[in-house]
Amino acid sequence: MINFFLLILIYSGIYALMAIGQNIITGYGGMLSLCQAGFFAIGSYTTAILATKLGWSFWATLPAAAILSALFGLLIGLPTLRLKGDYLAIATLGFGEIVRNVLNNWDSLTNGPMGIQKIPMPDLFGFVINPYRKYAFLVMVILFVVIAYLLFQRLARSRMGRALAAVREDEIAAQSMGINITKYKVYAFVLGASVAGIAGSLQAVFSLSVTPGTYTFMVSVMVLCMVVLGGMGNFKAAILGTFIIQLISYFPQLTGLSSVIPPQFKQILFGLILVVMMIWRPQGLLGREERTYGGSTERKGGKR
Amino acid sequence: MGIAEFFQHLMNGLTLGGIYALIALGYTMVYGILKFINFAHGDILMIGAYIGLFVFDMLRGDSPLGTWTFISFFIAMLVSMVSCGLLGMGIERIAYKPLRRATRLAPLLSAIGVSFILSNSAAWMFGTQSRKFNYPFDNTSINIGGVVITPHQILILVVSLVMMISLKIFVDKTRMGKAMRATSLDQDTAMLMGINVNRVISMTFAIGSALAAVGGILIALDFKVYSSMGTMIGLKAFVAAVVGGIGNISGAMFGGILLGLLETFGVAVLGIPTGLKDTIAFGVLIIILLVKPEGLFGKVEKEKV
Amino acid sequence: MILLETEALTRAYGGVVAVNKVDFQVESGLITGLIGPNGAGKTTLFNNITGLDTPSKGRVFFNNKDITGFPAHKICRMGIARTFQNIRLFKDLSVVENVMIGRHFKTGRDETKGRFVNALKSYVYLKREEQEIYEKADSWLDFFEMGQFKNELAKNLPYGKQRELEIARALATEPQLLFLDEPAAGMNPQETEHLMAIIRKIRDLGITVVLIEHDMKLVMNICDTITVLNYGQKLAQGTPREIKHNSSVIEAYLGKEEE
Repeated sequence: MINFFLLILIYSGIYALMAIGQNIITGYGGMLSLCQAGFFAIGSYTTAILATKLGWSFWATLPAAAILSALFGLLIGLPTLRLKGDYLAIATLGFGEIVRNVLNNWDSLTNGPMGIQKIPMPDLFGFVINPYRKYAFLVMVILFVVIAYLLFQRLARSRMGRALAAVREDEIAAQSMGINITKYKVYAFVLGASVAGIAGSLQAVFSLSVTPGTYTFMVSVMVLCMVVLGGMGNFKAAILGTFIIQLISYFPQLTGLSSVIPPQFKQILFGLILVVMMIWRPQGLLGREERTYGGSTERKGGKR
Repeated sequence: MGIAEFFQHLMNGLTLGGIYALIALGYTMVYGILKFINFAHGDILMIGAYIGLFVFDMLRGDSPLGTWTFISFFIAMLVSMVSCGLLGMGIERIAYKPLRRATRLAPLLSAIGVSFILSNSAAWMFGTQSRKFNYPFDNTSINIGGVVITPHQILILVVSLVMMISLKIFVDKTRMGKAMRATSLDQDTAMLMGINVNRVISMTFAIGSALAAVGGILIALDFKVYSSMGTMIGLKAFVAAVVGGIGNISGAMFGGILLGLLETFGVAVLGIPTGLKDTIAFGVLIIILLVKPEGLFGKVEKEKV
Repeated sequence: MILLETEALTRAYGGVVAVNKVDFQVESGLITGLIGPNGAGKTTLFNNITGLDTPSKGRVFFNNKDITGFPAHKICRMGIARTFQNIRLFKDLSVVENVMIGRHFKTGRDETKGRFVNALKSYVYLKREEQEIYEKADSWLDFFEMGQFKNELAKNLPYGKQRELEIARALATEPQLLFLDEPAAGMNPQETEHLMAIIRKIRDLGITVVLIEHDMKLVMNICDTITVLNYGQKLAQGTPREIKHNSSVIEAYLGKEEE
């Protein structure tokens, strides 16, 4: 049981990284991207291929995974960013599917639907971080989440965060305030992709194997759900949302009801969460992070 | 490529394109009026296919191939169209209507939610194994000068053509059609002119969903029916709508047929591997969005400053 | 001295020529009015100068530099700021955040250093930079006597204040030239009175102002020079007094008198 709970925590951590990425793209930039699973997959396969075929250590594959995902973020970002939100959603959805399509078909590199097995475990100064003994792995994942959280939070509280907010609110006004809107949209995409790539890397060394079936559209929707449930434009909320969604998806196993509850239960629930949240609480559980200036303790008037 | 081969691919492309066109119409009509992509449209098509399948099986019973199976097929199609029409209206009422004045992201997210609910509920209720239509027609192919045509293909072409022409007449000639066009031009003004915008929107969803049901059933003639079948077909139909200029009804028809032809000829002539056939549509999407984002027949919409 | 000049600027949408070979000059340090009946092409002219639209023909010069077809953010960075006819605030951000966005490109850009170094410096000295941005923004709010609203959401401000906030936001970019698109639209007489005082204060800061306005009392009162557009073409140019007595202007506004 405790082992199972640790597993949930580890997955929460891995998904939290993706949710942080989704949050910078969708929560701050206001762009609906549906391909976190694609970047996740690219990260995973980068680590898997570099580690098994070239014998790289996990720590060396990690930046490679981040950079490659970021490059793909740039690749998908540049042509599509001139598009309005709805087109972007479809284009990114298509991109995610293409990634899976290619992984499934490029047998010589990805071994097709069979995937890549026997990925070596990461080690740190001779200490092997064994995913079967979950504590050490959990500590590593938590460290990653904390670092990502701090880095992204700081970024969001800087000029960049404000510029993204401006782009989200009104692109024309943002341009007229001297903000290069394309640049900031691409930044958001690249950052969101790279952190998802890192999550993919961790996923690869956690399950020690990668198969295309792991990186479905469902994963992208799940990540989106996490951000929407917690609250867009708020990193703490994204992490909270991740944890809740992970609890929900393992609910049947946690309660020992997996024989009674149909396997589609969680997906149906994710769908319901999206609809219900949009109608009754579009700001999410925690809402957007608000900032007050000038040291005043009074709250802003009115609701967002 | 011989002339017979060419006509063979043309025929295959046209049938595929006819189906894409039917489905693309739903995307384009909804976008024209509400300016958002109904992500759940592909899943409505899947539900339509299932309903058609079930109703047909029920009506047919043990009767052999013949007039009755022919009639049952069309009854099944009608039942499916009506049910999906109602489903579409219901979805709009529950999941989209409350969000009409919300931010642009809200209805999109809601639609993704609906899509997930539909496809997974179907998997839960109808099982994960795929099904097939219990042959309503004698599908022995006909050879015309080297071109092999199946009765299914003829049926698909005829049905989609009839549907498209009726829709075009409906939109161009009837009062409701006029109200739809007015609403898509300017919702607020249409309301001031006494048009019941809520009814127009309901009607749009009903018609779009009914057409999707037809598309779903036509696909089910030759392909398998399963709970996630709508995702890829829906996506491609959406691409077709974008190619034709989203919001433009004739454009969607044209875009659907063009995409069907591109896919067939892409595989046959350019030698694109069948495994990557689905990638063609996205390639087309990206190119169109880069070169002519308003589509072939769309209007450039520039935000007024 | 001529600060901004358009040379035969033309903008056609298909067959409709919204702006037709307009030569428009803005003299440094003055308040220039741009008037004309609805649909005369005033806002289109603004958009084509500020980079939100691209001219079909003709050129735009700012400080004798050809800026035709530059993207909007570049033009803003060169020193041309603007407001919008249908207020375009960042509605769900606070008042002070709106103005802080105006400071965006004014901070953390040391031209002698590379882009990466600048970004890194901004990131490391975040607190200091934010404080600096905030203080500048705050002083602009004080200029508009709006300090008490700073943490309100922009959309919750009264209408007149929203218009002023938009001007404050534009001024935060420290422009040489400020374009105001119907700043008094929808304002009551008291608010208009206050606005006029503000525009004069802006001019006294040494900022050149161009404004589109339908309120003739305001235009005649504060403009040093006026350009009149009609059907996309320049009809007249001169001091308020000259414009007031120009027969073709009167005709454009009131129609030809029947003989």
